[in-house]
Amino acid sequence: MTIEEIETYCLQLFNSTLRISIPLLFAALGGFFSERSGVINIALEGLMLVGAFASAAIAYFTHSPWLGALGGALIASFFALFYGVFVIYFRANQIVAGVALNMLAFGLIPLIAKVLFDVTGSSPGLSIEDRFQIMPVVLIILLIVFIHFWFQKSSFGLWAKFAGEHPMALHSAGISVFRVRLFSVWLSGILAGLGGMSLSIFLSSAYSRNMTAGRGFMALAALVFGKWKPLPTVFACLLFGFVDALQIQLQGIVLWGAEPVPVQLIQILPYVITILVLSGFVGNARPPSALGLPFTKS
Amino acid sequence: MFIKKILIIIQPVLAICMGLFIGLMIAYGLGENPWSVLKILVNGAFGSTHDLASTLFYTTPLIFTGLSVTIAFQCGLFNIGAEGQLLSGAFAATTVGILFANLGSPLAPFIAICASFIGGALWGFFAGYLKAKRGSHEVINTIMLNFIAVGITSWLTLYVFPNRGTQNPETQEIAAQFRVPSLFLTEHATVNFSFFLALLVAVLTWFFLWKTVLGYKLRATGQNITAARLSGISVNQMQILAMVLAGGVAGLVGVAEILGQAGKFRIGFSPEYGFMGIAVSLLGRNKPLGVVLSALLFGALHKGTMNLDLETENITRDLSLVFEALIILSVTAEGLWSYILERRK
Repeated sequence: MTIEEIETYCLQLFNSTLRISIPLLFAALGGFFSERSGVINIALEGLMLVGAFASAAIAYFTHSPWLGALGGALIASFFALFYGVFVIYFRANQIVAGVALNMLAFGLIPLIAKVLFDVTGSSPGLSIEDRFQIMPVVLIILLIVFIHFWFQKSSFGLWAKFAGEHPMALHSAGISVFRVRLFSVWLSGILAGLGGMSLSIFLSSAYSRNMTAGRGFMALAALVFGKWKPLPTVFACLLFGFVDALQIQLQGIVLWGAEPVPVQLIQILPYVITILVLSGFVGNARPPSALGLPFTKS
Repeated sequence: MFIKKILIIIQPVLAICMGLFIGLMIAYGLGENPWSVLKILVNGAFGSTHDLASTLFYTTPLIFTGLSVTIAFQCGLFNIGAEGQLLSGAFAATTVGILFANLGSPLAPFIAICASFIGGALWGFFAGYLKAKRGSHEVINTIMLNFIAVGITSWLTLYVFPNRGTQNPETQEIAAQFRVPSLFLTEHATVNFSFFLALLVAVLTWFFLWKTVLGYKLRATGQNITAARLSGISVNQMQILAMVLAGGVAGLVGVAEILGQAGKFRIGFSPEYGFMGIAVSLLGRNKPLGVVLSALLFGALHKGTMNLDLETENITRDLSLVFEALIILSVTAEGLWSYILERRK
């Protein structure tokens, strides 16, 4: 390879890293609110899928990506509220209920797609005017900056921290732990929905079956890697995005012998890296003390 | 106290009714008559000997994955990775069946069954080891391992043992002597040996967890990890052991699918048996007997909803996932049940 070729190659890689990281960033910020307030959110995966489908469907019918994004985020947030009521008010086990919510999303979406489009697997392709070109990038940058300061400085940020670390203290101060957690879970639904939206109407041109492919879980892993802090989480997402971009760039490239490396083996790269990162480099990350524990007043 | 005891029994039944009711209402919302949907479900699952055999066929893997989730859960771990473990186990059985095609021993099926177990156990071991030694959370790790298992088994299927005679993404057939026997209910309807193996494993799991010292230590770790550690139990070893056993039992799905049914590894053969196992285990209250019963229910739901594709206009077999999700949510909503209990008093 010449210098110019390497240069274009790196530029491409950089470019696609940024693009691919965007759904992860949205979802990880969503997971951030939920987990800091004490609610594990395995349901991120399903919420992203709901967001992806709803955004694509609404953008298809209204020919407006803006309405699609808004609708997708709201519908995903309704699902999140449903999840929140079960785990916060009914004290359902958060991992089990999260798995159930994912199943609900995976089952319900094909049924609705069948009624709307008469196929279960995907939504019809969107034309270029009905999609976003740059908006999600701008939005995520604004959101990162906003969330970073908002969580530090606002009273809600403090409440959410207490709900996750010491809910009884928050309760004694006269603030409803239930409401703080429910609002955080609702926010995580909005953000996960936007993450799904960026998959279906920004990075591609339609919803397709299981298009999230574990990104919701990877967002959670990024959160652990980022030690439940916003900015380190952003860098963790960029790392996972980089590995995913690398994976796509590597497809079809001959590394050794005559055959290109099989696509099935390259595709597992992000998942392998996630495991390695979680087991090797996290060190003594301390999750919020009350993470996963349902709150009872007595 | 008495009310509590009754509630333990009727709560799963109520949860099933609630899940089915809401699921049928969703079907109604999508434009179907709920009564006829229910009839299709029951007919599809139990309508004929053939249907019954199919129901039992789907029940078998669910018993294995349900037990797998149960074993891990009794040790305080969430095994979301049964899907990857069963793929690994199934592929191990396939590999043995293809590589040792000349083996003439009458023990051949037994060797392949062991291979299934070991394949799954290996996949479970990774998650258990990472949890015990590196402290990384088993939920995310097992989910990642699922994706890795899909990638690796697909690659092995397409590049290492491909079936050259067909366009289907599947391996060559395993040698005939490795197959486990089928039991014919009628001419076409078969249940294979693996169903009885599943029942046997359920009994063994119960015996191991509740009647042996090792099982007691494993459950003690799950009940209170600090107390277990202080009383001298090596909780790290227990966590690894639990995941190895959980993985091995999930791997036995390979017996049902590869040795009993298809005779080859087909990419995508599992309709998420691993995730359904979580529902099965939970509804069965994480006890082997409960797992067998709820596996039967979910097997019936799975078989019954298949007929929806053909017999209804608007809804498809995806409804089974909705039913499962709703049943899990109904079972797990502890606060809802104690609220009902308080009202009754």
